Amino acid sequence: MKVKKGFYLLISIVILIASLMFSASVGAVKMPLKSIVDVIFGNGNSTDKMILLNLRFPRIIEAAFTGMGLSVTGTFFQGLLRNPMADPYVLGISSGAAFGASIAIVLGLGLFGLQFFAFASALVTIYLVYILSKKGPNVSMQTMLLAGIAISAFMSSIISLMMLLNHNEMSQIVFWTMGGFSLISWSQIFYTVPIIFIGCITLYMFSRDLNVMMTGEEIAEHLGIDTERVKKIILIVGSLITASSVSAGGIIGFVGLIVPHISRLIVGSDNRLLVPFSGIVGAAFLVLTDTLARTVMVPVEIPVGIITAACGGPFFIYLLVKNKNKEVK
Amino acid sequence: MVLVNVEDLHFSYGMIQALKGINFKIDDYKMVGILGSNGSGKTTLLKNISGYLKPSKGNVFIMGKSVYKMRAKDRAMLIGYVPQDMYFDFEFTSYDVVMMGRTPYLRRFQRETEKDVNSVKEAMTLTNTWDLKDRCVNELSGGQRQRVYIARALAQEPKILLLDEPISHLDAKYQIEVLSILKQLTAKGILVFAVLHDINLSSQFCDFILLMKDGEIISMGPPNEVITAENMKIAFSVDADVIRNPITDTPLIVFSKSKGMI
Repeated sequence: MKVKKGFYLLISIVILIASLMFSASVGAVKMPLKSIVDVIFGNGNSTDKMILLNLRFPRIIEAAFTGMGLSVTGTFFQGLLRNPMADPYVLGISSGAAFGASIAIVLGLGLFGLQFFAFASALVTIYLVYILSKKGPNVSMQTMLLAGIAISAFMSSIISLMMLLNHNEMSQIVFWTMGGFSLISWSQIFYTVPIIFIGCITLYMFSRDLNVMMTGEEIAEHLGIDTERVKKIILIVGSLITASSVSAGGIIGFVGLIVPHISRLIVGSDNRLLVPFSGIVGAAFLVLTDTLARTVMVPVEIPVGIITAACGGPFFIYLLVKNKNKEVK
Repeated sequence: MVLVNVEDLHFSYGMIQALKGINFKIDDYKMVGILGSNGSGKTTLLKNISGYLKPSKGNVFIMGKSVYKMRAKDRAMLIGYVPQDMYFDFEFTSYDVVMMGRTPYLRRFQRETEKDVNSVKEAMTLTNTWDLKDRCVNELSGGQRQRVYIARALAQEPKILLLDEPISHLDAKYQIEVLSILKQLTAKGILVFAVLHDINLSSQFCDFILLMKDGEIISMGPPNEVITAENMKIAFSVDADVIRNPITDTPLIVFSKSKGMI
C-alpha cells in the first residue's frame, strides 16, 4: 500500500518535471535541454538567459502554481460540498474577480490595478456569499452553493452591462475572462506564488479531516473534529488561492473541476494521497496546455482556457466511459 | 459506579420541544434499547448523550463528567456513535473507514502506529468485517456496511456506544448478527445504547429498555417490566397481546384478531 502511494507521487513528479522542461524548450526559439540546465545553474549565454529568465520561466512558474492551486482547491471543494460539479469557482469567486477586472479595464487602470481589483473583488464576493449562508454559528453548504449562483448571476449581468456601455474595452474584458499567462512577469509571481504555495500546504494539513467529513459531517463531529472550523478554514484558504490565481491568470476554467476527478479515478478518494497527486498533476496539466496555447497558432496566442477545456473534456469523457464499462463488468 | 447519569434533559428544535425532562441512570455495562414511536425523541436523546446536540436545560454525566464540558477529542475517545445507514459517493475501503475511528488518537501529521492498526484489526475481527477490509464501502451490502460502521466506532475504543437504528434496514440474518455483536460488547465493558424499532428483538436482546413518547420516558427497566400491553398501547397506540416467549422466556408481543387486527 505504502509502496503504491510513493509510486503514484513519483510518477506524477516525473511527469511534472518533464512538462516543465518541455515547456521551457519549445517556442519561437527552440531551446536545447542543455541550455536550460545551464541557465538554471547561472551559466549559459545572454540570449538564452534573456528568453528563459524574462519570458518563459515566469510564465511556466505561474502556470504551474495556478494549476496546482486550482486543482487542490477543486479537490477540497468537491469533498467539502460533496458535489462532483464543484470547482474553485463554484461559490461565485470567478464572476467576482471578473467584475473587479472589468471595472479596472473600463477605468483604464493598467495591469497592476486590474490584478488588485480582481483580487479584492473576488474576496469581497466570497465574503458576501459566506455572510448570506451563515445561520448562527453554522454555515450551510447548500445555501452557500445557491448564494454563489445568485451572486454570480448578478455580477455577470453587471459585467455584460459594462461591456455593452464600453464597446472599446469589450474585447479586452472577454480576453481576460478566458484566462491566459501572456502578461505574466516576475512581479505577479512574487505575490501569487507564496499565497498559493502556503495555501496548498495549509489545505493539505486538513486532508485527514476532510476524509472523515466526506463520510458525513455528523460522524466527523463524533470523532472529535470541529467541522465548522475546518469548513471555514477550507473556504477561506481555498478562496485566497483561487483569488490570487485568478487575479494573475484570469478565469482558467476546467482545471479545478477535471484534474481532481481524473486524479480521483487514478488514486482513489483518500485525500492524503489525492491532494498532493492532483496538485502535481494540475501543475503539469496547466504547464502543458499553456505551452500549447502559445505555440500551436503562432503568432496568435490562444487563451489557455480554450485549450484546457478542449483537452480536458474528451479525456474526462474517456475516463467516465472506461469507468462505466468497468462497473458493468 | 454510575456510568451514565442523565439529569432533567430538555432539548428543543426551535419552538418544538423534543425532550421534556429526561432522567435516568445506568450503572452497569449492559445493552440498553431505546424504543418509542416515530418522533418521540429517540434520536434526539442519543445525540444529546453523545454531546453532538447541546440541551437547553439539564445535563448528561458520563463516569461523573459532564459530556458538554469535555474536549471534543476526549469525548470521541469515550463515546462511539453509529448513525443511521448512509451512503456516500466516495471510494474508501472498509479498512480506511474503520481507521477513521482512530482520528481522536492521532495528531495532525502523525502516522498511524502499530497500536492503531491493532485496534482497527480487533474492531474488524469482532464485527466479522476483516475479510471486507479491501472492499470499497459503497459496494458493500447494507448489513456489511452497518458492521463496518460499528467497527469504526469500536476503533475509537469507547466505553459507551450509541447506535441509531442499527438494524432497521437489515434482513433477519444480519439483524440477529448485529444484535449478537452488540450483546458481546457489553461483556467487554462497553455500555451499548441502541435505538430500535423491533419490539420483540429488543425484549430478547436488551437488558434494559427506555420507552419514550413525546419527548418523555414513560417506562424504563428490564424488558419484563416495560414490554406490557398497557405500555404498548400508550407508546404506540396499538392494541397488542403480550405473551411469554416459551423459548427465551422474554415478553413477546402479538397482534391478534381479537384486538381488531386483520
